[in-house]
Amino acid sequence: MMKKIVIHEEYCIGCRLCEIQCLVKHSSSGKIIKAFREEYPRPISRVHVEEEGYLSFALQCRHCEDATCIENCMTGAMHRDEKSGAVICDEEKCVGCWMCIMSCPFGVIQREKKERKIASKCDLCGNDGEPACVANCPNEALSYEEN
Amino acid sequence: MKKLAMAKSVLFPEFKVIRDTDRCIACQVCVRQCANDVHHYDQDDDTVSCQDERCVGCQRCVTLCPTNALEVKKREVGFHPNANWSVQHIRNLYKQSETGGVLLSGMGCDQPYRIYWDHLLLNASQITNPSIDPLREPIELKTFLGAKEEMLDIDWNQDFPVIKTQLAPQLELNLPILFSAMSYGSISYNAFHSIVEAAREVGTHCNSGEGGLHPDFYPYGKNIIVQVASGRFGVHRDYLQVAGAVEIKIGQGAKPGIGGHLPGEKVSLEISQTRKIPEGSDAISPAPHHDIYSIEDLQRLIFAIKESISYEKPVSVKIAAVHNIAAIASGAIRAGADIVAIDGIRGGTGAAPQVIRDNVGIPIELALAQVDERLRQEGIRHRASLVIAGGIRSSADVIKAIALGADAVYIGTATLVALGCHLCQKCYTGKCNWGIATQDPYLTKRLNPSIGKRRLVNLMRAWAFEIKEMLGGMGVNSIQSLRGNKEHLRTVGLTREESQILGVKPAGEGW
Amino acid sequence: MREDQLYRIPSGCAVVGILNQDGFRISGEGIIRSIAVMHDRSNGLGGGFAGYGIYPDFPDLYAFHILYDDRQAVITTEDIIQNLCEVEHSEVIPFREIKEVQNYPYFKRYFLFPKGKIFSEDDEVVKLVMKINSSISGAYVISSGKNMGIFKGVGYPEDIGRFFRLEEYQAYCWISHGRFPTNSVGWWGGAHPFGLLSWSVVHNGEISSYGINRRYLQNFDYHCNLQTDTEVITYLVDLLGRKHQIRISFLGSVLASPFWHEIDLMSEPEKTFYRSLRMIYGGALLNGPFSIIVGFDKGMFGLVDRIKLRPMIAAWKDSTFYLSSEESAIREIAPDLDEIRPLQAGEVVSGQVGEKISYGKKCFVSRV
Repeated sequence: MMKKIVIHEEYCIGCRLCEIQCLVKHSSSGKIIKAFREEYPRPISRVHVEEEGYLSFALQCRHCEDATCIENCMTGAMHRDEKSGAVICDEEKCVGCWMCIMSCPFGVIQREKKERKIASKCDLCGNDGEPACVANCPNEALSYEEN
Repeated sequence: MKKLAMAKSVLFPEFKVIRDTDRCIACQVCVRQCANDVHHYDQDDDTVSCQDERCVGCQRCVTLCPTNALEVKKREVGFHPNANWSVQHIRNLYKQSETGGVLLSGMGCDQPYRIYWDHLLLNASQITNPSIDPLREPIELKTFLGAKEEMLDIDWNQDFPVIKTQLAPQLELNLPILFSAMSYGSISYNAFHSIVEAAREVGTHCNSGEGGLHPDFYPYGKNIIVQVASGRFGVHRDYLQVAGAVEIKIGQGAKPGIGGHLPGEKVSLEISQTRKIPEGSDAISPAPHHDIYSIEDLQRLIFAIKESISYEKPVSVKIAAVHNIAAIASGAIRAGADIVAIDGIRGGTGAAPQVIRDNVGIPIELALAQVDERLRQEGIRHRASLVIAGGIRSSADVIKAIALGADAVYIGTATLVALGCHLCQKCYTGKCNWGIATQDPYLTKRLNPSIGKRRLVNLMRAWAFEIKEMLGGMGVNSIQSLRGNKEHLRTVGLTREESQILGVKPAGEGW
Repeated sequence: MREDQLYRIPSGCAVVGILNQDGFRISGEGIIRSIAVMHDRSNGLGGGFAGYGIYPDFPDLYAFHILYDDRQAVITTEDIIQNLCEVEHSEVIPFREIKEVQNYPYFKRYFLFPKGKIFSEDDEVVKLVMKINSSISGAYVISSGKNMGIFKGVGYPEDIGRFFRLEEYQAYCWISHGRFPTNSVGWWGGAHPFGLLSWSVVHNGEISSYGINRRYLQNFDYHCNLQTDTEVITYLVDLLGRKHQIRISFLGSVLASPFWHEIDLMSEPEKTFYRSLRMIYGGALLNGPFSIIVGFDKGMFGLVDRIKLRPMIAAWKDSTFYLSSEESAIREIAPDLDEIRPLQAGEVVSGQVGEKISYGKKCFVSRV
């Protein structure tokens, strides 16, 4: 059974610590001060906090069962991981065509420039325990549960 | 509050925000989390700067900063040292001369008056009386609050003896600790929700405070003591019917002699509907109840309430600890109260004039000792249970209170601190950064009720075990045998008179 | 009260009781032999006896045994007694000089009844006892029951027994105590048994709820002046057993109540019964280790605390009922027994004159 990130928007306080910790988790050093100050270009967060008025919540890839990004990927970089069921982008194969970004109904894929241009999105932190956004939310507005 | 036009304020900032620039990554968490707009992000420089004069010292930014780059300290003012004119006095003078207003404050009295709990020590058993191990033997904390008979009428002629006396209604608690009265209005919906959930899970009660009861909480009614205060906010038939008990609030320890105060900033739509008052208006409870001007009037109200609930629930009377507390408590019991709740000078509040909060009332330890003694002398101690409140900080304070004669204790400030409060004393502004003492929806989200409930249940569990350990150490396996048992207390560092008023021998004296 | 008497002395001890349920009387020699076996449980700082049926010539009069520290106390006390009571007879309590017992105070006994029109003789006697003990320095009423008496002092119990010539008395019920106090106070009034009216109590243990039991008793005008735990037990037994009419076999339900979690599992009417008793009589709950033997006009009973921290054995032979801290003390005077068993936590085992032997009637006991 696949574990997914569940959003509890009534408790999101809009602090964006999830964005910060996601960025750190996906940085080369894994250390917060180094990631922010010394890594260039600065790594980007794969989760984004949507806000309107006092309502806010953190949105990341939903790992859809019928993922349009997988269908539209021309190189097959966007694929489903057998074990975890998550939708993962193989950065080696990605050519930066952005078809996935255009077709994603949630708008959770972003452009990233590392050595070259690639599509960047939530990878459930490699299915290694709780994802960084869930573990670091100070108000438990995100939880990692089986459907 | 109008500020005098043009003249510069001579008020100095209370707090200093120190940012370690080596650690700050300009992530802006502090900017987003401060309800007082202390931190600002400058896009051009990619730095965060702060306006110290707005800081209230709530420590929210310090707690959430991911790199621990912040420190908030009390600012040192460069006045000539003066033991008489303290910084606080000078500050108050400046504020009052600028505004002409009554200075408000939140939480309880913070002045360095003597804390008697810190001068009471407990006993333990050695050799002649074995201590009891709570991990292996039952140690009972069960408590019943309500009027008790002195004697039972028993029919011994049946196969098994049958009790003929009908006992007065009781509240059954799993441990002698209840959550104190904090109104929905002074605290947020989420905070109140955390408290009622915890009360139900732990098997104790909480108190609605004088703000009425939101209909969402009616299902928890059996674990709620509802208050009928001088403003009569939210008092109607259903309110009394769903509750576990009804409490008439005559006074509270933080502001004896005056009524409750909820500033208009905190009266949102939901609050106005629960309290039945216009949105945005200050909710000020009058000082006396409009129909209680003497003890016989209290008796009339107590029985009016008892009639309306068909005598099925206990009725409590809450009074503030003042000089003549023993006689007042005695009078309240003779007027029909089943439970008397006494709140001492350290009791907290959402808003009170600072001068009253810090100067009116007496410490609860002394009040309790005197009330318990007087009621026993008058032979009426069994007619009501005594619940005390006002600065109970730990399980040691709880057990000392029981030994001095209380049936149970209310915890208010400790409850809020468990939920995240940092005692910045700015509850009356409605800008509680921790989501506790506010109605601002942007802020109330910050208190997740499932986390809040978990924290309160943890606290109660930890205290219950500590109390069992201390009871077992004294060779006592039921809290009933500690209640009023002053032989297990000794004073240290008090004058003879103080020890006598408490009715406790000085440490060093044997049995 | 003297300076050295101001401290409450907890103790570890020895207790023995013998009751003949046919009312057949025996001399004090048996009980002296029995308690002597448990010599090592005492340290020579206290011993005492209570005997029932020892004054067949004055069966309906209250027999006051009074201890006096000095002559002035005698005069003051006798003055009060003469005013409030009709005294039929009074005399010094006979004793023999033995080298083991030194520095003994003055003991006198009075056979009396309260005079005038009164509602309850027993209550008047209790008031008189409280008055003498509280207000007259140097005078203490040791026992105040009908056709019974308490003899006690500082010394090993077997020596005290010989001192008071107990082999010359005949009683249908004897109880005895040997004391091991942890303070070296040599005050004769502090020894056990402790008595009020026809109740006499011997106690092995320490009452950690003493502070609250004493304050609870004050509500009912019992004043604890003799600084021993046993005093509260005696007054509680009088309050519950005599004034509140709780049956003997249920006294354990108040003094050593079952635990709440056990009560929750009971069915009615037991559940309401035990719950109500605990709610109302919380101030009478005895906490701390204890095993007690209580003698009263109709018989005696034994009780241990709710988690069985001190020993008590019950035994029966023909129509005699025995209670003791140790089996050896019983076997010393009754080598063959019909039945012998230890008491369980919170269990009252009793016997009364005229009752059939029933090896103790069982009420609810804590499953510890």
